Amino acid sequence: MLWQALTFQLGYNATLVTLGATLLGVAAGVTGTFLFLRKRALVSDAISHATLPGVGLAFILMVAMGGDGRSLLGLMLGSAGSAWIGLLCISALTRRTRLAEDAAIGAVLSVFFGIGIVFLTFIQTMSEGRQAGLEGFLLGSTAGMLYSDAVIIAVGGAAVLLAVIAFRRPLSAVAFDPEFAASSGLNVPRLDLIMMGLVMAITVVGLKIVGLILIVALLIIPPVTARFWSERVTGVLWVAGIVGGVSGYVGAALSAIAPALPTGPVIVLVSFSMFALSLFFAPARGVLAAVLKHLSFQRRVHVRQGLLALAQGQPIYEKLTLRLLRRAGLARADGVATSDGKARAAKALRDETRWQMARSREEFALAATFYDGLTEIETVLTGDQITELDRLIGAPKGVRP
Amino acid sequence: MTAIELATSNGTRMDDRGADAALAIRSMTVSYGQKPAVFSVDMTVPSGSMTAIIGPNGAGKSTLLKAALGVIKPLAGSATVYGQPVENARARIAYVPQRASVDWDFPTRVLDVVLMGLYRELGLLGRLRGTHKTRAMECLERVGMQDFAKRQIGQLSGGQQQRVFLARALAQNAELYLLDEPFAGVDAATEKAIIDVLQGLRADGKTVVAVHHDLSTVPDYFDRVFLINTTRIAEGTVEEAFTPQTLQEAYGGRLAMGQLGQTALGA
Repeated sequence: MLWQALTFQLGYNATLVTLGATLLGVAAGVTGTFLFLRKRALVSDAISHATLPGVGLAFILMVAMGGDGRSLLGLMLGSAGSAWIGLLCISALTRRTRLAEDAAIGAVLSVFFGIGIVFLTFIQTMSEGRQAGLEGFLLGSTAGMLYSDAVIIAVGGAAVLLAVIAFRRPLSAVAFDPEFAASSGLNVPRLDLIMMGLVMAITVVGLKIVGLILIVALLIIPPVTARFWSERVTGVLWVAGIVGGVSGYVGAALSAIAPALPTGPVIVLVSFSMFALSLFFAPARGVLAAVLKHLSFQRRVHVRQGLLALAQGQPIYEKLTLRLLRRAGLARADGVATSDGKARAAKALRDETRWQMARSREEFALAATFYDGLTEIETVLTGDQITELDRLIGAPKGVRP
Repeated sequence: MTAIELATSNGTRMDDRGADAALAIRSMTVSYGQKPAVFSVDMTVPSGSMTAIIGPNGAGKSTLLKAALGVIKPLAGSATVYGQPVENARARIAYVPQRASVDWDFPTRVLDVVLMGLYRELGLLGRLRGTHKTRAMECLERVGMQDFAKRQIGQLSGGQQQRVFLARALAQNAELYLLDEPFAGVDAATEKAIIDVLQGLRADGKTVVAVHHDLSTVPDYFDRVFLINTTRIAEGTVEEAFTPQTLQEAYGGRLAMGQLGQTALGA
């Protein structure tokens, strides 16, 4: 059944929804990447909530003009209009008053959402128009999606995707270093507005499938997930696009085989599960990797400290140190060094002495930045430099044992 | 080299020649809220000179640079670069912001940061080619960071981060270099590497302006000084403007007289 859903064999509507959701996921993931890198993820929450009054007003207007009131294009235009006003309110509140951006977001988000709910409630009392289904824009509703709806979503998503790709360099320059970007002639406020406009477009395009409350998840979870896997903007963009696309695809397919499951929330849950997997298991930045790295670092520090203590004939009190030394065959249970341990201890002490000398001399200043108590100096300096260090160590203080 | 000597010895008459100056700031006032951080400041940087902007903490040094570049909008005043408005002279300006002003956990590698210096040249749709990468690598070599090209920027030490920022400015291939505290919190080797690059730029006829904190190195590193404490205190060659009197005026009681005598010339 799932296989059939994934291979578009579950009928016309399911196929439309799955294709639309996949494309929306890719476009949202890529667009959200710059929002995330610019550290303005929450603005998208305000934008999406600010669409609601526009949806209601557009419906009322279309009905008043004798139309059906449910044309997706009309509702999208209305939602874009009110989202844009919300966006301008946030930027004016932040720039013209002493309110910080988070407070402005909170105010705009709740007020616009409140106005929207008032409109929706009013619409329920209207006798004209077929108002049923308008609240589907809150959480998305894909039942009864039309071919024309799917085309609008596909074209809109693709257009936003192309725009983001065209602007990727200035947008990443502004996200990394806005001052430098401004100094090189980029118009930072305008680029921020372009980014927000693209986010708004994605929100409007996604209203039908995931709804305005959950679109934030599709903008933010993919880039956050992608950040675990890449150390470059291009890499994050690719992975975010893939995570978003797979979420849309798998989520829509899952909700197609279990019609009781709503599409939007399932898509969000699929992307969350990818986030959770990355959070724990990503190789460089994941939680598990961090714990393992910390444990291995702690062990190496203990062994090093133990070896230095052995070399200087000091007693070892810490149980972990002693256990690690014993397990490595470097010391006996009573803390006395084995012959292997003595050799390693002497080497550790010599290494440490060389490091101390290197760190006290200006000519080794760059190498000294590599000192972490663990790195062997041979891996940083050349043989000649070490000979020079040994000469410096030997010269002023007489011969060392 | 004679051109440089001419420029510095004529320092006091530079005001008449604002049009030829690498950077000319006129009646600049910048304010955060109601309190001006920079008030009615004039500054003239002769082409081919190397100028230190000095003054106490909060004196408006960085603010002056940012306002001249148009990074922040001044309340009043204007800046010209080689006689043109700054907007028309972007290609001739390179800027090194303070290291602490960016998030070093940003997903980018050292080479990518240097390539950002070429974005203006590339435009929106220009393709990044091999020649651009070669140029970026050359800039990294000039600051001694070529072995770090593939590193994630978060793995760098403070001094290495500063060198990468300088390499990005070099990639801009400009004539006027504006640096905001390039020596703050860097190791001795980095300080030497940076000053070598800056003096190399001046030897090529470029102009360097740096916000600077360490008074003891001013006479060694720079040939001109601009002293600011919200208003302009003094401006001119090191001999003219870097004296115990001007320093006393700029720093007030915040420097002990003994310290002034040691660092300033003509004590």
